Amino acid sequence: MISPSVLLLLGWMLVPLCMTLYFSTLRYNLIVPSDNPFVGWENYYWFVTDPSFKAAMFNTLLLVGGVLCITVVGGILFALLLDQPMWGQGLIRIMVISPFFVMPTVSGLVWKNMFMNPVNGIFGHVAQALNLAPVEFFSQIPLLSIILIVSWQWLPFATLILLTALQSLDRDQLEAAEMDGAKSLSRFIYIMIPHLARAITVVILIQTIFLLSIFAEILVTTNGGPGVATTNLTYLIYVSSLLQFDVGMGSAGGVIAIILANIVAIFLMRLIGKNLDA
Amino acid sequence: MGQIHLKNVSKDFGNVTVIPPLDLDIENGEFVVFVGPSGCGKSTLLRLIAGLEDVSGGQVLIDSNDVTSLPPAKRRLAMVFQSYALYPHMSVRKNIAFPLKMAKIPPDEQNQRVEDAARILNLTDYLERRPGQLSGGQRQRVAIGRAIVREPGAFLFDEPLSNLDAALRVGMRLEIAELHQRLNTTMIYVTHDQVEAMTMADKIVVLQNGMIEQVGTPLELYRTPSNRFVAGFIGSPRMNFIIGEEATRHNAECIGIRPEHIEVVKSDGAWQGIVGVSEHLGSDTFFQVNVLGFADTLTVRAGGEVDLKYGDTINLTPNLNNLHRFDRQGQRIS
Ligand SMILES: Nc1ncnc2c1ncn2[C@@H]1O[C@H](COP(=O)(O)OP(=O)(O)O)[C@@H](O)[C@H]1O
Ligand SMILES: [Mg+2]
Repeated sequence: MISPSVLLLLGWMLVPLCMTLYFSTLRYNLIVPSDNPFVGWENYYWFVTDPSFKAAMFNTLLLVGGVLCITVVGGILFALLLDQPMWGQGLIRIMVISPFFVMPTVSGLVWKNMFMNPVNGIFGHVAQALNLAPVEFFSQIPLLSIILIVSWQWLPFATLILLTALQSLDRDQLEAAEMDGAKSLSRFIYIMIPHLARAITVVILIQTIFLLSIFAEILVTTNGGPGVATTNLTYLIYVSSLLQFDVGMGSAGGVIAIILANIVAIFLMRLIGKNLDA
Repeated sequence: MGQIHLKNVSKDFGNVTVIPPLDLDIENGEFVVFVGPSGCGKSTLLRLIAGLEDVSGGQVLIDSNDVTSLPPAKRRLAMVFQSYALYPHMSVRKNIAFPLKMAKIPPDEQNQRVEDAARILNLTDYLERRPGQLSGGQRQRVAIGRAIVREPGAFLFDEPLSNLDAALRVGMRLEIAELHQRLNTTMIYVTHDQVEAMTMADKIVVLQNGMIEQVGTPLELYRTPSNRFVAGFIGSPRMNFIIGEEATRHNAECIGIRPEHIEVVKSDGAWQGIVGVSEHLGSDTFFQVNVLGFADTLTVRAGGEVDLKYGDTINLTPNLNNLHRFDRQGQRIS
């Protein structure tokens, strides 16, 4: 029996989805009033063959991949660090977690104006103090800058999940490995990493789904530029539908993004399915 | 190989002293059991020997070498944990081979030694399984396998059988004893179960509050317990303690007599009492007897088919050769 809540959820999801699918087959531009004729695949064709589409896909991939690498590696290191007994542990843990509670727009602006600004930013000051030319983050390394900002936001999440996993590791296993002659690096590789494998896949899965739709950080820092250097798929959809007022084209982009996200989700579910069952 | 000496070893956690300074000598090839109630510091003592805890004072010597500051891996000891501590993501084969891999032993020899160990422990059919797919007894054997492949100087067991059910425990007890006969390596075995201690040990070390109460063979502890604690801890059912007038008659603060050293007689017994509840074990029957003038009931052993009922009046005679006398401090008077 389908319970009412499932029906509600289905409606919640299906209505916007169907509307998007419907709009994506219309020629529907807000600044060219017409009777919005049905055009079939035309919107998709133009969206995909647009040169910025290829750039956006590539940027999306780099953004997701880069942030995942930094947060997983950094998260493991932070988790190991925070797992050590130390003074003020509780406070330090809260501080490490706190970036996660900062809104994306705010953190984007803080990074843009207070850290990465070549004149006023801390990095600029440091560079000047060292007699180096300040880096102009958003024009010289725009995508890397975005990756850094987003990584800063997601590092706490990865750290939190991995720390919890690390704390559930049976101390006896580490001691047994120590008795068995495993040095700390071997214990890390043979005992800790396999124990963390499941948590790492969970981090990757959840983050990928959120990272595919990064938007606010780009909007407030680079506006997708210079050129299309920091335009990802989400931002490209925004450009089509809200800057060019092309509802049809934007919807087509949206449908492509949905398909992409689902491919990633299915792929990752498969990949970790074995892991989660065990 | 496998001589262990503790000299003045002590351990504090913060300002709590868990082990006051103690000395202990363990000879090569001995099966030594540390026994005592929970929380008395048995595991801590074992971990000090293993090197998993640092001593707060004193020295640990293995084969006359001071290993006090050596890490666990350098002491050539193998430990079997109560929780088994198997590596869950590795097959049984890889679990057993892990110490060999860490010692950088060539793969062929690793395989050879793993298969040998598996044969001894009846694990050959399970080598490719994960620990999660094994029963408790099999996991226990894998943990033992992981310990024996390294050919250590001594084995340390920390309550290895306490997670097994009763029947399996008896079986594993025999297997470990057999393993000791076969390998002839020093074994130190921690348990809170005096039956395990009595049945397996060459030498028993009785601990209370981190202090060694007595060291001796099982029979020495049974025959001449050096104080009331050991007397009450060793032997099952436990020794009867009698205080008051009866003790004073024997020039002691307290006297002890085991249930098996009290005889039920037809008439003219030293003590007269009324039979309380009884436990029939088939081979033996243990009665609770309320003796006139004694504060506590006595436990008395009689033959399996003795015909005594609740409420019967009986005569008892203690075997005076096996009467233990203790002074005010609980020490044995000989
Ligand atoms: N890491 C530790 N920190 C503080 N106290 C401990 C620690 N380990 C053990 N203890 C204390 O030491 C005492 C002996 O513990 P343990 O050796 O585990 O006893 P047993 O194995 O005989 O049951 C206990 O009172 C326990 O609370
Ligand atoms: Mg213990």
